[in-house]
Amino acid sequence: MPRPLEPLDPTSFGYWEAHHLLQRGGFGGTPEQVLTLTEMGRDGAIDHLLDWTKVPDPFPDPAFKTDIMRPATEAERREIRMSRQSGDESVRDRLRAERQKRQREDRQQIARARDWWLERMIETSRPLQEKLTLFWHGHFATGYRAIEDSWHMLQQNDMFRNNAAGDFKGALVHGIIRDPAMIKYLNNNQNRRGAPNENLARELMELFTLGEGNGYTEDDIKEGARALTGFSFRDDEFTFNSRMHDNNAKTIFGRSGNWSGDDFVELIFTRPTAATWICWKLYRFFVDDAEELTPQSKAVVDAMARTLRKKNWNLKPVLEDLFASQHFYHSTRRGIMVKSPVQLVVQACRSLNLPPRNMRKLSEACEYMGQSLFGPPSVKGWDGGRSWINTSTLFTRQNTLIYLLTGREPGSQPWDGGAVDHDLSRLVQHLPDIPQRDRPKDAATYLSRFLLGNVPEPFRLNQWADLARDRTLDGPTVTRLIAMITAAPEYQLC
Amino acid sequence: MTFNLPWSRRQFLHRGTAFASMAGTAPLFLQQTALGVAHPLGALTSSIPGAAQDRIFVVVQLGGGNDGLNTVVPWGLDDYYRARPTLGIKRPGTADGALRLTSSGSDGIGLHPEFEGMHALMEDGLAAIVQGTGYPNPNRSHFSSMDIWHSANPGGRSEGWLGRYFDNTCKGSPDPQAALAFGRTAPLALEGRRTRPVSFESPKLYRWMGEDIDADLKQAYRSVTGDPDKADDTLAFLRRTAMDAQISSAKVRDAARLAPLASFPGGNLSDQLRMVAAMIRSGLPTRVYYVTLGGFDTHANQANQHGRLLRQVGDSLRAFQQDLKAQDNDGRVLTMVFSEFGRRVKQNGSGGTDHGTAAPLYLIGPMVKPGLHGRHPNLADLDDGDLKYTTDFRQVYASVLDDWLKTDSTAVLKRRFKKLNVLA
Repeated sequence: MPRPLEPLDPTSFGYWEAHHLLQRGGFGGTPEQVLTLTEMGRDGAIDHLLDWTKVPDPFPDPAFKTDIMRPATEAERREIRMSRQSGDESVRDRLRAERQKRQREDRQQIARARDWWLERMIETSRPLQEKLTLFWHGHFATGYRAIEDSWHMLQQNDMFRNNAAGDFKGALVHGIIRDPAMIKYLNNNQNRRGAPNENLARELMELFTLGEGNGYTEDDIKEGARALTGFSFRDDEFTFNSRMHDNNAKTIFGRSGNWSGDDFVELIFTRPTAATWICWKLYRFFVDDAEELTPQSKAVVDAMARTLRKKNWNLKPVLEDLFASQHFYHSTRRGIMVKSPVQLVVQACRSLNLPPRNMRKLSEACEYMGQSLFGPPSVKGWDGGRSWINTSTLFTRQNTLIYLLTGREPGSQPWDGGAVDHDLSRLVQHLPDIPQRDRPKDAATYLSRFLLGNVPEPFRLNQWADLARDRTLDGPTVTRLIAMITAAPEYQLC
Repeated sequence: MTFNLPWSRRQFLHRGTAFASMAGTAPLFLQQTALGVAHPLGALTSSIPGAAQDRIFVVVQLGGGNDGLNTVVPWGLDDYYRARPTLGIKRPGTADGALRLTSSGSDGIGLHPEFEGMHALMEDGLAAIVQGTGYPNPNRSHFSSMDIWHSANPGGRSEGWLGRYFDNTCKGSPDPQAALAFGRTAPLALEGRRTRPVSFESPKLYRWMGEDIDADLKQAYRSVTGDPDKADDTLAFLRRTAMDAQISSAKVRDAARLAPLASFPGGNLSDQLRMVAAMIRSGLPTRVYYVTLGGFDTHANQANQHGRLLRQVGDSLRAFQQDLKAQDNDGRVLTMVFSEFGRRVKQNGSGGTDHGTAAPLYLIGPMVKPGLHGRHPNLADLDDGDLKYTTDFRQVYASVLDDWLKTDSTAVLKRRFKKLNVLA
């Protein structure tokens, strides 16, 4: 038996290995980009993706307003107090109307933020950083609807991006219990001495670090909630409210002390599953989205967990080992994961080098497919895997690809099958000049392999080749071909 | 599962369609409605071999943990008002007081004042409330508790209980439309080993639109599914789903165009139930419909939010029942309303309630034995501040399976549960 994370022989790292790495460790790329990555070699390619600070990131920082939602000012509070005394309803009505106006503006800003992030994923030169940011958003899931402060969501997004492959314990978990968006989302600003609110304490262990039922009890939750009392925020900043904090002894995992929220985190990380749970989540995100682990996968997760501990909770070495491993590149792990809606959209744009589309439409398409950025369905995040797919999301996935490929909205902008706003035929121009009768099959073979990452079954190839038969391989024909390949169930996998 | 039935491809794919746009902000290709050419749906209606002819079961899920104590209110108990000094619903007869129930055994128990629709159903003898439903060793995690309710298996995640029902009943070829869920992800409850529910957010999005772009692709799209086989891998799963989608698309969209026969109040749940009523009226072969409403996780400032939710739930259910009656299908449809747990007895420090345990469950339709069933949990005998359940929810499932769906509940629930005397 080889070691679970036995590295891949560097000479075995070829075009299709680079293709797989770029899909899983990013959002795929054009044939030229895959080739560039291939030429970097195994370690060079992994470094390029993971050492992203060396890669310039020209995507502009957004100009978002920080203070659309804000606490009432001193003047407003005085007005409210006075109106309460005088019984003057009009003042409160006015303030309420102003607040509603700000809420509307804030909802517009979160929609812009959603578009901005999706576009950033499409345009970024640091795909793994964005992909990990998306991972953390799903892991420490926080939804705007309960926050109602777009700036807090953006601050959190920045925190994830800055620590995407960083220190899991020190930066991310200690960070998340001080994150205003999360504190609000899980009601910890209402967690006070004598009236604890257990929401954050529970999810901190159940979803963020240990996994449900893995080495903690209901009592640990209750005591942990007391440790977290007073962890709150004021405007955009974390604040420790000592008046709300419970200063009595708490017993967590059988250890007693006057624990704070940060002590609670430290105690959690003494538990055996603190490393395995997060590595399992990373494994499901990057390698195999199956619900159940095979013994082989379990050995890999355990090896990742050992590295994570050994490297003081630093995530980068864990990912480095994973992306270099034979296990990651094994043929049984290619083309088996269901693309998330974001992966589907971003990968299509990046790999086909599609012209920019209307980001609002794409954000909404993602929502219809079940993945609204800044709006995961619950604190559990997205289940992923097969749960992305039902009969309805499948239609939306196919319809969205039609829009991406043609720039035409099905149902409203008829297409005569003629030229679209960009020419996809360049994708097959490198194919050798062979007799016309072989070209449809060649083009279908090449395009399907490139788009699907593996060789399709013969009956599939024939179906697709038929679409190009007796046609020149011009833009419209190649677009038709790609439209059908991307409508196939196989295209939902990566 | 066999999908190569000749009728499935020939009959359902891509009838002539004309299109009209819908108002709204989402792009047309997401929002488009399709006006399919009408065709006789009755001819396509099939019943499931072994299932009770024509009987339909509708599940309404209240997500987040509905506060049972403020929904079915034990206003006769002082302990209730001690635990909920500000959140407690006042006694009947006072302003915003609980609605009084007149059925026998309902002394001291009423309904939230905004739950008028349910109150009307109760008074009309069309609703049964099973009090104190829960299960041993309650789990207070939304997700786990929901999984337990969906799988009927406190041990952990497995197939859904209704999925297992279909698996057991429909040997051979489950109808891909046998179970239909509104929502973006199919609920676990409907997922069996072989049964996959059809689910969508809105019927109007429910078709492939590539042919609008290039009519020539229509022909090619028919074979897009590939050959769905019996394998258990993800690709086989995707192919089966793609086939289900093609088969059900036209039928569902036709049904959704029907105008309702009752006045629905509006809102998310109302829209879903209106659609279910229309689909039942169209004679779709669907046996189980699954609809959901979220927002019941009322940790803070509960009072107004909870009232609004109950208003929508009650009024929607009542309109749904009226619609079914107007189409003369009410006798075929049993509706069950549940939530993953109730909430703590004591209100918390933020004007809300935290995750709790047992809560009431509702069964609606002319086939129910109306009124209150089971015992209300004892507020003076709590388990660490939480209600002790008085009826295992799987007893309700057993009653639904045995008495309504006419199947052997033991095979589905893997255990014999004592039935309740709640269905006539």
